Amino acid sequence: MKFTLSWLKDHLDTTAGLDEIVTKLTAVGLEVESVEDPGKGLEQFVVAHVVEAKQHPNADRLRLCTVNAGAETLQVVCGAPNARTGLKVVLARPGAVIPITGEVLKKGKIRDVESQGMMCSYRELKLGEDHAGIIELPEDAPVGAPVTEVLKFDPVIEINLTPNRVDALGVYGIARDLAAAGLGTLKPLRSNPVPGKATSSRKIDMGLAAGHEHKCPQFVGRTVRGVKNGESPAWLKDRLQAIGLRPVSVIVDVTQYLTIDLGRPLHAFDDAKLSGDIGPRLAKAGEEIAALNGKSYTLDENMVVIADRTTGLGIGGIMGGEPSSVTEGTSAIFLESALFDAKNIAETGRKLLLNTDARYAFERGVDPASARMGIEVATHMILELCGGEPAEIVDGGKAPDWNRAIAFNPARVKSLGGVELPEVEMKAILMRLGFTLSGSGDAWQVVPPSWRTDVESWQDLVEEILRIYGYDNIPPVPMPRASMPKQVLSTDQKRWEVARRALAGRGLNETVTWAFLARAHAEKFLGDLALVLLANPISSDLDAMRPSLVPNLAAAAGRNAARGMADVGLFEVGPRFEGTKPGQQTLVACALRAGHTSARHWDGARRPVDAMDAKADAIAALEAAGAGVAGLQTYAGNASGVPAWYHPGRAGVLKLGNQVLAAFGELHPAILAALDVKGPVVACEVFLERIPPVKKKGVGAARPLLKASNFQPVERDFAFVVEAGVPAESLLRAVRGAERELITEVGLFDVYEGPHVGEGKKSLAIAVTLQPKDTTLTDEQIEAVAKKIVAAAEKTCGAKLRA
Amino acid sequence: MTDTIEKLRTELLTAVSDAAELTTLEDVRVAALGKKGRITGMMKELGAMAPEERKAAGQRLNVLKDEVAAALDAKKTAFESAALNARLASESMDVSLPVRPETKGSLHPISQTTAEIAAIFGEMGFEVADGPDIEDDFHNFTALNFPPGHPAREMHDTFFLPPDSDGQRYLLRTHTSPVQIRTMMSKKPPIRVIIPGRTYRCDYDMTHTPMFHQVELLVIDTETNMSHLRGCLQEFVRTFFGIDDLTTRFRPSFFPFTEPSAEMDIGCSRQGGELKLGNYGDWLEILGCGMVHPNVIKACGLDPDVYQGFAAGMGIERIAMLKYGIPDLRTFFESDLRWLRHYGFAALDVPSVTGGLAR
Repeated sequence: MKFTLSWLKDHLDTTAGLDEIVTKLTAVGLEVESVEDPGKGLEQFVVAHVVEAKQHPNADRLRLCTVNAGAETLQVVCGAPNARTGLKVVLARPGAVIPITGEVLKKGKIRDVESQGMMCSYRELKLGEDHAGIIELPEDAPVGAPVTEVLKFDPVIEINLTPNRVDALGVYGIARDLAAAGLGTLKPLRSNPVPGKATSSRKIDMGLAAGHEHKCPQFVGRTVRGVKNGESPAWLKDRLQAIGLRPVSVIVDVTQYLTIDLGRPLHAFDDAKLSGDIGPRLAKAGEEIAALNGKSYTLDENMVVIADRTTGLGIGGIMGGEPSSVTEGTSAIFLESALFDAKNIAETGRKLLLNTDARYAFERGVDPASARMGIEVATHMILELCGGEPAEIVDGGKAPDWNRAIAFNPARVKSLGGVELPEVEMKAILMRLGFTLSGSGDAWQVVPPSWRTDVESWQDLVEEILRIYGYDNIPPVPMPRASMPKQVLSTDQKRWEVARRALAGRGLNETVTWAFLARAHAEKFLGDLALVLLANPISSDLDAMRPSLVPNLAAAAGRNAARGMADVGLFEVGPRFEGTKPGQQTLVACALRAGHTSARHWDGARRPVDAMDAKADAIAALEAAGAGVAGLQTYAGNASGVPAWYHPGRAGVLKLGNQVLAAFGELHPAILAALDVKGPVVACEVFLERIPPVKKKGVGAARPLLKASNFQPVERDFAFVVEAGVPAESLLRAVRGAERELITEVGLFDVYEGPHVGEGKKSLAIAVTLQPKDTTLTDEQIEAVAKKIVAAAEKTCGAKLRA
Repeated sequence: MTDTIEKLRTELLTAVSDAAELTTLEDVRVAALGKKGRITGMMKELGAMAPEERKAAGQRLNVLKDEVAAALDAKKTAFESAALNARLASESMDVSLPVRPETKGSLHPISQTTAEIAAIFGEMGFEVADGPDIEDDFHNFTALNFPPGHPAREMHDTFFLPPDSDGQRYLLRTHTSPVQIRTMMSKKPPIRVIIPGRTYRCDYDMTHTPMFHQVELLVIDTETNMSHLRGCLQEFVRTFFGIDDLTTRFRPSFFPFTEPSAEMDIGCSRQGGELKLGNYGDWLEILGCGMVHPNVIKACGLDPDVYQGFAAGMGIERIAMLKYGIPDLRTFFESDLRWLRHYGFAALDVPSVTGGLAR
């Protein structure tokens, strides 16, 4: 919403300056978005008189002027062709900042002659584009006066109107709010009834079908004959242009102007183009209206048209029609001021994709008591600018009753608003805003004015009082709080947070990627999940919700590789989407590595990332999140639940019991090709929400007592030969289970496949640590454990000791 | 005997001192103290002496034995130390070599900022609540007092999912406010929660991304009023930005789900095109807030004449940008390693009010 300062002052009698007005507007909730004040920064520029202008001695095109600036007389070199003796000019003295350049003016020498100032053009002062010569001020401009007192500047104020404040949609309403806030007095509107000089030949036909009357409950009109249309006066054109509207003709401009001035949409028809009575009716299905914007709209039977006896004329409450519009030659007009239903206007506008100022106003709730006032103000203005003879006002229907009393306990201002105010002050504020009050004590009855369609509850009244009193006067009070705060994160949230930090601690960079991706990519990561598409994606490559975090991270790795950073380790903690309903999502920690484990370096060791890196990331995240990693079992193969986007032979899942807690592995080459990312890329997906909750044993954080033995542990190595397909984990598990009392550690330190162990076999070398508790182990005892280990390995894995 | 011992002493000590290397020294030791060594030999002869003489000679021999043994040890230590020095002299390395590379991980500014926000509100007795990204119309709009067809709904640029089999049309939450509803419907007041999370709007330009993060505050009890709202938020911005006297400005505004509604500005300067937070006279809008609308409280099954409280919401990226000087919103989601490393945080930088909020 834009308006100019002088326009506001047409309605508001105030001594307040621009700054004070701007501050107050924001303080009452009419947030000022911008102020364009062309006079700002011109306070140092003064009116000066060119006493003499003669030829510059050293330059053909320059003039040497003697300039009287009131307090002093200066010598100024000027290149403008209109610099001549006797002229009144705008003078910048040294020290002034020239708006167009932003630079400070200094004394200087031009072609060896001193110049002590500068005479300015409109363009140099950023007042326009005119740079043909210097500004020529009126002859009576007082020499030495600030130029801001001579040139008329009308600052343009733009406010960011919140959707509830339709009462401030007009300049008049804004003035009314400022007056209530104590910034001046509201001037009366020129809305006194203009007596009709003839009876109206045209009557109002309220043609809405039964049950639809609420869509246009009131329709007021008036014919004015003998008007002269033409160009609007300069002041009207200036104001419209200042706020970005295009002047058309004086009649159209009056309706444009009053829509902004009053927040009250009005329309003028060319009376000669109407036939018979006029009024609202439901559109016929498929009825076409050629609208004022040059487009044609097809309506349905829920929409309202304004129609005469023969045809639809305009889209009710949104836009007038072209055929009945006012033109240069119009000599009689029919003014319309009607009331439309907010919901129906919103729906119609949405369906037609048509945004207009009228729609904006009606869908937010125009003052239901304003229809007649609008006609009267418009009549005054038309008569003044176009002449003519008004007929009597005709009307149909009536405005819905807007009177509603709200029960109000003034103590609520303290209990909800936190501000202690005397009752008289609260009453005064409400009354200045146009509310009427009755009752007393804790039982006030407050009736909002017709224009405050937004005020419904006692909470709204608290807001009104605080708004005018000033939100900034609400005293800040700290939240009452317990002597010690509670834990802010739930136990689960805390575990996930630790997992996040554990992954960062492993050298991975956390990132955040879109929750969406291209459908073609999503489809490759579905597994048994349903594809979740968006009905209105932002673009076709972001049209599906991600069923996995892997593709977006892989794409991110690819983008980094394209920038020359091929060794990438990224992770993200976020949701994957499993269905279209609320709650069908799971929190996943996904880590992805590409390229090599490190940069090349002098120590030589550098290798491409592999599935074991991903497995380690998964285990680290699970451990940090409190999963019992000792109980994790690894399974390979799609049948075990390894997703298809991993390499079939280099991937696995980590299970605790039957629950898959994580999947990991090298990404499938075909997937990488589809994502256009170079391999190797490995990833893990950790399903944080599936980690079983921590079992609380007893009370507190106490741990079981540490029982550290005083006896030397014994380490024994074994080399077993097993079938190549036997998972190492099963051997380690079997060995560990062979003697639960003594074996504390089983490590795998060599894996060998080759001619020494035979085709289809592999050798696994393990180190077993035995920890005696009560005595030192004897050779016999160690031998007995070794036998148990060999037997268990053979029984479970068919392992033979390597010869 | 005395002379013999004295002579032997001179001889042996000379031999020790003359020994040029460890093996020679060992020979000297064997020759003196070994089983067939000269001192050992003389010890053996003691048995044949008269008791008086034996005692005196024995003492002298023992002194000699100890003295020679000490000389041998000293010489041996000297050899060993020389050998160690020689070894060390041959063992130098270029300690200016760069260390073996270790990749340094980082946390995303959104995570870290969220943790900072939680740390501050945690001190004020808030807990973290969360909710689903896919929402229904009731939680995202209707219960928050956006009546069907209301123009404020359209300002939200909502992402919709296609209608499902029973005609229900779900959407991506446009704000974290639906979790207010879920919290009020599942918990009994008093309630103090913060709700950080992903939010979605169908908008993409310099200052908007289709996905972004918000944090929402909700307090519901029977006493909390606008003074507390202002006090709570003022303490937050001062602590978060680390400016103890940062001024705030409260202005009336409008949100369907609060009444009265407000926006809060913080002091700043825009001098020379550079944004600086502090009390410089200019204002920067930072968040929207207000007292929870009676219709919202009612929609959650509570009596708005009894229960009241406030809600506030702000963009996490936005305040992270302000605090850490990150110029472009879109870069948050580009996963550019250079950006992640530059603006990211170390894994061990766990923010807390008492331990520090900014690194």
